[in-house]
Amino acid sequence: MPRVAAVDPVRVGDSVTIGVSGLDGLVRELAARGYKTVGPTVRDGAVVPGPVSSVAQLPRGVHDEQAPGSYRLRHEGDDELFGWAVGPASYKGVLFPAEETLWRARRDGQDAGVDEVRDARRPLAIVGARPCELAALEVLDRVLLGGPVVDDRYAARREGAFVLVAECGKPAATCFCTSMGTGPAAAASASVSPSESRFDLAIAEIVDDEPGASDERPDAGAQVSRDVRVGPGHRFVVTVGSERGASLLEHVAHVEASAADRAARAGVLARAAAQMGRSLDTDGLAPLLARNIDSPRWQDVAQRCLSCGNCTMVCPTCFCTDVDDVTDLTGAVERRRHWASCFDLAHSFMHGGPVRSSAASRYRQWATHKLSTWHDQFGTSGCVGCGRCIAWCPVGIDITEEAAAIRASDVEAAGAGQTRGER
Amino acid sequence: MTGPEPVPGDARPSLAVWKFASCDGCQLTLLDCEEELLALAGAVRIAHFTEMSRASIAGPYDVSLVEGSITTEEDARRIREVRESSRTLVTIGACATAGGIQGLRNFAASGEYARAVYAHPEYLASLDTSTPVEQHVHVDLALHGCPIDRGQLLEVVTALLAGRRPVLPGHSVCEQCKARGTVCLLVAGGTPCLGPVTRAGCGALCPAVDRGCFGCFGPADTANTEALARRLISDGLATDALVRLFRTFNAGAPAFEKEGRAHEPRHPAS
Repeated sequence: MPRVAAVDPVRVGDSVTIGVSGLDGLVRELAARGYKTVGPTVRDGAVVPGPVSSVAQLPRGVHDEQAPGSYRLRHEGDDELFGWAVGPASYKGVLFPAEETLWRARRDGQDAGVDEVRDARRPLAIVGARPCELAALEVLDRVLLGGPVVDDRYAARREGAFVLVAECGKPAATCFCTSMGTGPAAAASASVSPSESRFDLAIAEIVDDEPGASDERPDAGAQVSRDVRVGPGHRFVVTVGSERGASLLEHVAHVEASAADRAARAGVLARAAAQMGRSLDTDGLAPLLARNIDSPRWQDVAQRCLSCGNCTMVCPTCFCTDVDDVTDLTGAVERRRHWASCFDLAHSFMHGGPVRSSAASRYRQWATHKLSTWHDQFGTSGCVGCGRCIAWCPVGIDITEEAAAIRASDVEAAGAGQTRGER
Repeated sequence: MTGPEPVPGDARPSLAVWKFASCDGCQLTLLDCEEELLALAGAVRIAHFTEMSRASIAGPYDVSLVEGSITTEEDARRIREVRESSRTLVTIGACATAGGIQGLRNFAASGEYARAVYAHPEYLASLDTSTPVEQHVHVDLALHGCPIDRGQLLEVVTALLAGRRPVLPGHSVCEQCKARGTVCLLVAGGTPCLGPVTRAGCGALCPAVDRGCFGCFGPADTANTEALARRLISDGLATDALVRLFRTFNAGAPAFEKEGRAHEPRHPAS
């Protein structure tokens, strides 16, 4: 029998410890409650969102090495499940698909009919989103739900979605969430109203192979499914964020987090913050970029920029779409929506031609929207510091480096007449 | 049969398919339309299409699909005839839009390939160059690819029939890779790939089966080939391999031609 040590029911704000089988139980219980469970999986040499119905499908022993324009996985054979940072695809694609049909219409003689296309989707449970990814969803919430026009398709998928956050212990060289206030801990973001539950559960993974630790394990004596291996000190310190998160926890073996477990979690997060590969100085950054729209740096980056749009596709907050009406030879019409990129000429095409015909103007549009005008438009930064745009840019353009270069040559801040770092 | 027999009072728009220097793969895409083929044959009057029927109706034609590049004096004369008899002229495929693989002759000394291949090259009567149709006549719409994409061909025909502008992306293949969830071969594996500078339209087929993009659809609207070349060189790609990468089906497309020439070994002046 599982040794369920909880004397009191789990409450929001509690900190409890579970084992690997406990995490497995949470995933299985979510599926049993009718959720479609997605989480990190390994496919084609990267960690990407995929269907996850048990802990066995998580990226065990997988670690990533990221650099500008480079991403590699290492398979170490260890037991760590969340020992990587972020992969190319965020959960944006799950809630806001790259391509979808909005409606279909057909004409039959004098009659015409329009059918809205809706996916009969089970409620979604995201298992193992990073704090920066949760922050990105909250940015998307402001964009797609917070304005006068609500994106009801996004709303339908987002509403009722269960979010289990995996706090970050192994940031990549491209990460800078500490600069953006979005991680590595799940509670770090301030970009949401305090009345709303940000996450249902947040887990911090602790891999501690010290002998003797097993006595403290809540898994001791628990029935563990055959496909789940449990290391001696491998456990998760869970922060409870919602009532339904608490009720889910009641279904698995758990104990109140000990002082040692809490200290271990704090240690994991402190080490992660210290290992952050990059930083972005956000102090006065929005007005700084706004007054440097003629910086020669935009021309410099344009020499390197491919205008391929990869940064916008991997960005977890880029929300631009285009809509196409497609006809066929039988008289049927379909309206399709798909992601669009500000790096495409079509994106700024108005009467007579594209407004942003130069690469400099396109990169500037993207970077200043993320870091400057997003604040004016939505009240937050459009960047969560996940570093995807740095790693997945085929030529490794680094938004933190570009922002720093513009700061260094700021027309106002530098001493009169003396511009630092001028090229 | 819906063939090119003139039917009095047939109000359907007429469609003609013309071949120049090409392999026929693009025009065969029309026959590959399978499920949509009968609907297509019902919606237009196919007036000239030698892959389908030897019968031919005289012009003028509402729509002409032109496959192939201009490689002979006769081609150069005939394309002007096609233009004059066509209301809308659509070029289909890399040969018609960029000169095709036979455009490699543009990079060689005149007659070099002919002497290497043919026992009696003196019987040949071809131009020194293989050039895209747009260098000879006005082109209303270009459909890229080697071969063209069936979906894009149907999109163009149905858009023309509906009187709307066809939806043909000018952006990179990368966006299609990301949309279909393909992990970037260049970033995650160091595989040389032309995707960042190549026009989308194929649906990002090759990267999905672990092959770098060959550039079949030619340069994207915003292709920065120089920046991609720098990345590939820094990954260790040899210069001759880099030149070959840009010199395939779309070797003659301006952005690819320029980049290929930039990395050519410099021959000492003779």
